[in-house]
Amino acid sequence: MRYERPQTIEDATALLAGGAGKSYVLAGGTDLLVRMQNDAFEADLIVDIKGIDGMGDIRRTNGDFVIGAGVPCAQLEETADLVAAWPGVVEGANLIGSTQIQGRCTVVGNLCNASPAADSVPAMVAADARVRIAGPDGTREAAILDIPTGPGKTSLGAGEIIEAVILPARPARSSDAYLRFTPRTEMDIAVVGVGVNLTLDDSGIITAARVALGAVGPKVMLVDAAAEAIIGTKLDDAALDALGEAASAAASPIDDKRGTVAFRKQVAGVLTRRAAQTAYTRAGGK
Amino acid sequence: MSSIAVSTTINDDDVEFLCQPDETLLDVLRNRLGLMGAKEGCGTGDCGACSSIVDGRVVCSCLVLGAEVEGKTVETIEGMADGSELHPLQRKFIEHAALQCGICTPGFLMAAKALLEKNPNPSETEIRFWLAGNLCRCTGYDKIVRAVQDAAAEMRGDAA
Repeated sequence: MRYERPQTIEDATALLAGGAGKSYVLAGGTDLLVRMQNDAFEADLIVDIKGIDGMGDIRRTNGDFVIGAGVPCAQLEETADLVAAWPGVVEGANLIGSTQIQGRCTVVGNLCNASPAADSVPAMVAADARVRIAGPDGTREAAILDIPTGPGKTSLGAGEIIEAVILPARPARSSDAYLRFTPRTEMDIAVVGVGVNLTLDDSGIITAARVALGAVGPKVMLVDAAAEAIIGTKLDDAALDALGEAASAAASPIDDKRGTVAFRKQVAGVLTRRAAQTAYTRAGGK
Repeated sequence: MSSIAVSTTINDDDVEFLCQPDETLLDVLRNRLGLMGAKEGCGTGDCGACSSIVDGRVVCSCLVLGAEVEGKTVETIEGMADGSELHPLQRKFIEHAALQCGICTPGFLMAAKALLEKNPNPSETEIRFWLAGNLCRCTGYDKIVRAVQDAAAEMRGDAA
């Protein structure tokens, strides 16, 4: 196995595209190094992208936040204007693992590991975030929702690297929230995760909404019916009921020792209501 | 596999070592540099016994490649005491009997040190959440939390 730490994204994509055998991108390493401990793991090339300019930065351009692929999740909560604009995205990212994991793990890694239960992903989908992808044929952008295709699988092509997540500029009176259910209070994987992102008008009526569910299907899902249930409302009880029902109906979870199908569907509804209420309050609604 | 030459700073000393591409920082510290304070509990980032501080962030050294610390600043438990004078956290761990077997202790101390550098006056809840990635099967954690609180008070200069 070779370890390479290229200085440019072009060198990184060339290494990945040209490498014979199995190659992996290393950012925070909190998934990759665990896999490397397994005797059955084989790799010919590890490409550490943290030496590339900008990978460790959170930048603001025209209201967008651009989070480099090497930024550890702990850095998100240390970035005050990001927390103010996207509290739900930050709280999702900060639920991943322990303090030690937070010092290394990245949102792009969480996305590319493609676990259906990835904590940072539903809030990024709700945020309508995009990723910038560098590849052998140049750079392209894609929606977060289109990256995971199933457990452990992504739509990235050979030699492609996600350089950054882009959180779009947002109107006033907008906010978001992420909630998950875990059997333990800490250090656990979501049984249900939900991200809600809202924009209100001056009178507190919801004008735009995105609701995303994690851990209740093979990949993160955007639930349009849930968003439609609350757009045009002030999140009154009837709207909340319709929202919860839409989220429960959309959830298609597995049945396992961590939660039955019925339990997960119910919790999806309950958490979606609560996350929407939190996002609504954060956006200035009363 | 060919070895990689790495130049780094460990506990304020310039250090150069050779390592394999798939060798973890934990293995480098223990097997190549003789720094045996970081312990291998799980090897998969769950237990925190190998906690060290890289560029100011506490990490599991089992989840860092040795090659990754090129040009970085690494702090390990061996650098915590000032000569023969223990760090307040070390002293308070002893005073509060915040250890029995001691395997987890270097990791707890490094994580607690990183906490107090970021937040000199953490609440009990903040301490417990911060240290959730450090597992101890002896103490039941209460003594560790009290030792960290007491060390924090001393480091702030508060009267005991």
